[in-house]
Amino acid sequence: MIRIVATFLVGIVFGLGIAISGMADPAKVLNFFDLAGTWDPSLLVVMFSALATTAMGYRLVFRRTKPLFDADFHLPASGRIDAPLVLGSAVFGVGWGIAGFCPGGAIPALGLGRMEPVIFVLAMGVGIFVARTFRNQRDRAAFAA
Amino acid sequence: MQEFATPFTPWSALAGGVLIGLSAVLLMAVNGRIAGLTGIVNGVIPPLSPDWTWRAAFLAGAILAPALWFLAVGTAIEIAVPVSTIALIAGGLIVGVGVTYGSGCTSGHGVCGIARLSPRSIVATCVFMAASVATVFVTRHVIGL
Repeated sequence: MIRIVATFLVGIVFGLGIAISGMADPAKVLNFFDLAGTWDPSLLVVMFSALATTAMGYRLVFRRTKPLFDADFHLPASGRIDAPLVLGSAVFGVGWGIAGFCPGGAIPALGLGRMEPVIFVLAMGVGIFVARTFRNQRDRAAFAA
Repeated sequence: MQEFATPFTPWSALAGGVLIGLSAVLLMAVNGRIAGLTGIVNGVIPPLSPDWTWRAAFLAGAILAPALWFLAVGTAIEIAVPVSTIALIAGGLIVGVGVTYGSGCTSGHGVCGIARLSPRSIVATCVFMAASVATVFVTRHVIGL
């Protein structure tokens, strides 16, 4: 239970950071990408400050042998740079450039009481569901073969 | 193009970025997990992942954050969405598919992954940022949406 409460509080910190930074604001996000037009460098500051904080904080956290409320750190295995990673990321970038929301920007934006983030997140959920189903089926087929 | 312009907001970007980084560090310290919104959202889309409860708690905190900000400060976070409903739906679907195949988004790859110096995350982030810049160039300066 304490783990759930702690994680809820961490979610609040994340949501505040996203909302204050401008990452939840498609107007600012799209202007960050619009190098040839109304460029707004704010998100460069967001990315670098988030990255610097995380890199320094992780060093402290990884000095411990395990997290506070779990037996192990759950880190993604450092796999190969393969076609799904590169093509999937390119597809994600196209969608981000079309809508101005990324997953981490859209979730806290749900709490702003507007319809646009709701529409985006529902569509994103459908996209994740369909892609995951398709991927699992293909993986099962490959495994059977 | 001037109607799109947003001001450069370095201080809120810095503060928000530090909070985003802090949340990533805290989630690793508490739970041993990467604060990647693709992975967290994926686990609460049916069929639920076995450990969906901490994911739901994180998301609930993130969604509540803007309301807490309003209660604490007295001014709401303002955003502007300069794209159509069709763009939100199309963008959402495309983002959902892309992040599933790319195994992550801005938070997971761009912040947590690069902070760990993961080669996969560095490549993914360069690819999706470049794709977003190219997409906005096309939508705003070639098609002229």
